[in-house]
Amino acid sequence: MNGLDASFRLARADFELIADLTIPARGVTALFGPSGSGKTTLLRCLAGLEPEARGHLQLDGEVWQDDTRSVFVAPHRRALGFVFQDTRLFPHLNVRANLDYGRRRAHPIDTRHIQQERFEHIVELLGLSGLLERYPAQLSGGEQQRTAIGRALLTQPRLLLMDEPLAALDAARKRDILPYLDELRRALDIPVVYVTHAIDEVSRLADHLVLIESGQVQASGDLMPLLSRLEYPLAHGEGAMTLIEARIAGHDDAYHLSDLAFAGGSLTVSRQPGEIGDRVRVAVHARDVSIALAPTSQSSILNVLPATVAEISQEDPARVTLRLRLLRPGRKGAADAGSEEDVFLLARITRKSCERLELAPGREVYAQVKSVALVG
Amino acid sequence: MQDLDLTPLWLTLELAAVTTVILLLLGTPLAWWLARTRSRLKTPIEAVIALPLVLPPTVLGFYLLIGLGPDGIVGGPWRAMTGGALAVTFPGLVIGSVLYSLPFVVQPLQNTFETIGNPLLEAAATLRAGPLDRFFTVVLPLARGGFITGATLGFAHTVGEFGVVLMIGGNVPGKTQVISIAIYDHVEALEYAQAHLLSAGLLAFSFVVLFLVYTLNRRWRPALGR
Repeated sequence: MNGLDASFRLARADFELIADLTIPARGVTALFGPSGSGKTTLLRCLAGLEPEARGHLQLDGEVWQDDTRSVFVAPHRRALGFVFQDTRLFPHLNVRANLDYGRRRAHPIDTRHIQQERFEHIVELLGLSGLLERYPAQLSGGEQQRTAIGRALLTQPRLLLMDEPLAALDAARKRDILPYLDELRRALDIPVVYVTHAIDEVSRLADHLVLIESGQVQASGDLMPLLSRLEYPLAHGEGAMTLIEARIAGHDDAYHLSDLAFAGGSLTVSRQPGEIGDRVRVAVHARDVSIALAPTSQSSILNVLPATVAEISQEDPARVTLRLRLLRPGRKGAADAGSEEDVFLLARITRKSCERLELAPGREVYAQVKSVALVG
Repeated sequence: MQDLDLTPLWLTLELAAVTTVILLLLGTPLAWWLARTRSRLKTPIEAVIALPLVLPPTVLGFYLLIGLGPDGIVGGPWRAMTGGALAVTFPGLVIGSVLYSLPFVVQPLQNTFETIGNPLLEAAATLRAGPLDRFFTVVLPLARGGFITGATLGFAHTVGEFGVVLMIGGNVPGKTQVISIAIYDHVEALEYAQAHLLSAGLLAFSFVVLFLVYTLNRRWRPALGR
């Protein structure tokens, strides 16, 4: 089977990890959860760095651990790359030697030409060319982390594991390095497992999501549908939002706006820098979506999307959160049975409005989107 | 004034050099094991290694004399194999010096290995380096300061040793008479001039060695970026 398939049990004095995990062969899977929930431990289990963990692990059908058959492949024999939160660059080696450390060991017999080409490609991708002769102590936090990512990638891993690579960086450094990660996400065709507790990194980088709480996998699946599932904590709280993957459909230079097209309709947003056809990812926060029963032209809100109420859940005594399934253009509500490609929005409204508008699952409504944020 | 016999000086340096090499070869794996193990034996073994720090050298020397003697647990088999004795010989002195200076090499190495810790080794493992590879490419270069300190202390401590050699070495000129004992003999014989020369020489030598080591240690550190 393709992708990664794992199951681990690990008992510690203060916590127990019990995790079953399936990760697709392509794309970034975010392991998301609060601090101390076991995300990093689970990642270390995948790398074989927690020898006490029991269970099994296979990648693309190759078994790395299976305790029923006493199989345990040592970490240094696994074709994986690991990016640590604290970078762990070798302080006695300069950037070039750090980058070469894994490359030489993983692929000792490559021709000089191939080595050189790959080296230069990674150096360029991560913007390291001016740093090669420096030592880790002479680098900024962001530069160190880019070096660590390059060092892991140069082993040409079949699985890339990243443990909160941005957590130790301040906001400015984080902004510096995010574009590199975004670029990486598009360039890599291996599974990437990315541990984080920052939702902005998830929304920008992830394709799949694994929610972890108290050492257990709560839910896993494609990121976008999961974000709107009311049974999980992500859909609640002030930061609740959904993501829409769209393409730039056109620019309106007169009003300085851009049109974005996606499976569930279109959105008008402020002028985007990209070309027509470029893929963009936008976030719609639950607090920025309000509900109307009829389409109205007498409003300042440009983005009004027809939808049906899928689910309602009480947020607090005053407010409710609605899960809305957008009606796709050309199809009408009742006939729209629901499918994989449905696009969902969350709307946070008062309980009073909810009752006044007599909202209930199945009801057709118009979602008024007050603001849309570009995430990547 | 009698001519100054420099044989004890060369003998001392030879003893210290041989002892230091053996200590590094034995002490490195021992310190590595102590730094990494979670075995219950760790603490008792640490205590045994530290014994020469607190015991009077004569106690260690006394037991060594018995152990290395013709009927001792080491001296007996040695005589059976080689036909010779161990006590009152150069090899006997080396064995005594290794035991006596062991903590001075093992403790700095163990501290350094513990400081390097697991994180960099894990990183090296995820970069395909096997255990020995990790030791030689990560631990050894980063432990350079610990090796310099351990080797210097082991060497200097052997040079300055008196009680143990007095007990097991006898005082055979050219064979087991090291510099500290030669000085003692000169003082006993009221040959203060020779005692002065040897003492001042040892003092100057020790100072120069330590000064060089500290200088080198300081100069290398910035290259590590720490």
